[in-house]
Amino acid sequence: MKYLDEYRDAAAARTLAAAIAEATTRPWSIMEVCGGQTHTIVRFGLDEMLPRAITLIHGPGCPVCVTPVESIERALSIAARPEVIFCSFGDMLRVPGARHDLFTVKSAGGDVRIVYSPLDALALAARNPDREVVFFAVGFETTAPACAMAVHQAAERDVANFSLLVTHVLVPPALEAILAEPDRRVDGFLAAGHVCAIMGTREYEPIARRHRVPIVVTGFEPIDILQGVLLCVRQLEAGEARVENQYARAVRPEGNRAAIAMIREVFEVVDRPWRGIGPIPASGLALRGRYAAHDAARRFDVGKLEVAEATECISGLILQGRKKPPDCPAFGVRCTPERPLGATMVSSEGACAAYYRYRRSPT
Amino acid sequence: MPDDASTSAGSGPSCPLPLRVHETIQMAHGGGGRLMRDLIETVFKRAFMNPALARSHDSAVLAAPAGRLAFTTDSYVVSPLVFPGGDIGKLAVCGTLNDLAMAGAAPLALSAGFILEEGFPLEHLARIVESMQAAAAAAGVAIVTGDTKVVDRGKGDGVFINTAGIGAVPDGVDVGPHRVQPGDVVVLSGDVGRHGVAILSVREGLGFETSIESDCADLSPLVARLTAAGIELHCLRDLTRGGLASALNEIALDGQVEIALDERAIPVSEAVAAASELLGLDPLHVANEGRMIAIVPATEADRVLAAWRGHPAAPDPGVIGRVTGRDHPRVLLLNRLGGTRILDLLSGEQLPRIC
Repeated sequence: MKYLDEYRDAAAARTLAAAIAEATTRPWSIMEVCGGQTHTIVRFGLDEMLPRAITLIHGPGCPVCVTPVESIERALSIAARPEVIFCSFGDMLRVPGARHDLFTVKSAGGDVRIVYSPLDALALAARNPDREVVFFAVGFETTAPACAMAVHQAAERDVANFSLLVTHVLVPPALEAILAEPDRRVDGFLAAGHVCAIMGTREYEPIARRHRVPIVVTGFEPIDILQGVLLCVRQLEAGEARVENQYARAVRPEGNRAAIAMIREVFEVVDRPWRGIGPIPASGLALRGRYAAHDAARRFDVGKLEVAEATECISGLILQGRKKPPDCPAFGVRCTPERPLGATMVSSEGACAAYYRYRRSPT
Repeated sequence: MPDDASTSAGSGPSCPLPLRVHETIQMAHGGGGRLMRDLIETVFKRAFMNPALARSHDSAVLAAPAGRLAFTTDSYVVSPLVFPGGDIGKLAVCGTLNDLAMAGAAPLALSAGFILEEGFPLEHLARIVESMQAAAAAAGVAIVTGDTKVVDRGKGDGVFINTAGIGAVPDGVDVGPHRVQPGDVVVLSGDVGRHGVAILSVREGLGFETSIESDCADLSPLVARLTAAGIELHCLRDLTRGGLASALNEIALDGQVEIALDERAIPVSEAVAAASELLGLDPLHVANEGRMIAIVPATEADRVLAAWRGHPAAPDPGVIGRVTGRDHPRVLLLNRLGGTRILDLLSGEQLPRIC
């Protein structure tokens, strides 16, 4: 397939791996920010093609995984209401809250539906004026514009029965949080290409400067990731710390201006807790006051929510890149995609799910 | 004079009862009374007519062949009922023919049970029944017995169909995971992922445009060619729910073998590959309704390919992998970059109700 096969070419991958080996003289730890990149790395065994001196650390860039338990519990509570049609991306349905997940709510009679776009949920609301349609707005800057557009259109067309349950999170504050740790382990970043296709690359420049860290905006195919690693290693070896764009076929420095304008119109930046990581200042999006009528968190009073985590799960350490999935004693034994203890085992972008799916040792 | 279709012009009084008083399924269509008899006569018997069915008895009575029988059943709840490349009727016949074929059997007879929802248009039912008959006739097999039930509106989804089938297993044919052994090869009949993507393309709320049609087809001719050629068959499997990956994982577990596949050898059409990328699916996990694998000794691979070549149900046959050992029952996939990964069973559900 055009635009895909050339980024999965075996000869090109070998050439890049050789170039990385040649450029590397010292050990470097590089974090790929996005869970989609983690999946490509594990699926194609890219880490095994790299020299031993290069360590890839899996980052927190799985929005499903970092959605706090409290938000999931709120979703479960709203989805269980008889007047609600609760719409979500498919990944969220199996993410465990304190005790159960959206599939449990569905089997107990809740009207929970998988949609591929928040605009589909809006259309559903227009067709079902006697029901409350709620869309679970999860994701980084990548999914925020479509959610913003759905709310904007709902307000414009007066679709009063449509609301968003917003848990959007932002990438740059998470990078800052990782870099601010006293025992910083990350020498360079592969930034998430899709996020930058929306937001551009400029907001990463102060981070690169302030923390003396190379940030390479990188795509999601094997060749993209190997190129990203090569650019990052070359900067590290040369003592540079710049924002560099490997994913130029999709990312412009200024980003997608229309999408950014729509995000700013509808959302404001707020503090947000990240599951497994904790609160990060100015790291989330919430609906602005003028869209309060479409804010599910304000429309539905759900009372007190349980926020306790499964005790054995180390997904926090996984999301911070401090542990790898096989380091967890529950991995593949008491924690599997069928019976996940934590979100990193559920999401198609979660590191534990990637390891389980592609690299589990035979039991 | 009113233009009344129930009286034929100029021939005096005719039958006052039109063929179908109701245009939709009524509860009484399952009630055992006149309406039910009417439905059986005008819809089912008219389409399926054959001597065994004509006797209108509680059981069909068939002549017994010598040797062993294969016996299978499957229920069909696909949504939507009509999809690109087929409908629930064709699926219900081909699916059960394929289950018989995977035991190495030649089909002898089928049954059909219908669960109809009150309010379902009779015209749609008639079309589904005709499509069943067309598929059965093409396979040279009769639907010899059946059943109809009607459920209240809202308690079904239009129509659910169960079919069962019996077939004759030729002497010397013994296929199953227990016969798979290291050194065998896996031969695939054609490109994978069409049925699942075709269904998804017409699902409410997705509506992406594709020219992909379901691969829904009767595979018994492919198996007949293998048995007729006297090829030593170890295992046959159609790649339905869970796709190629699930079929091979089941065989690996049941047969206690390790199977290694070469990703580059598995054909996937460009449209299926593109849709899978967009929707986040792995074509190896997507359902098929007209693809199969044959696991045979390596020395028989060329004969399988020769037997299948030129048959429309095997558009792109090829060897995609081999059975590599018995130490670790699992499926490995050699990816196009030269790395190896586990090809696992699907966790949970990839797509709801596609067959």
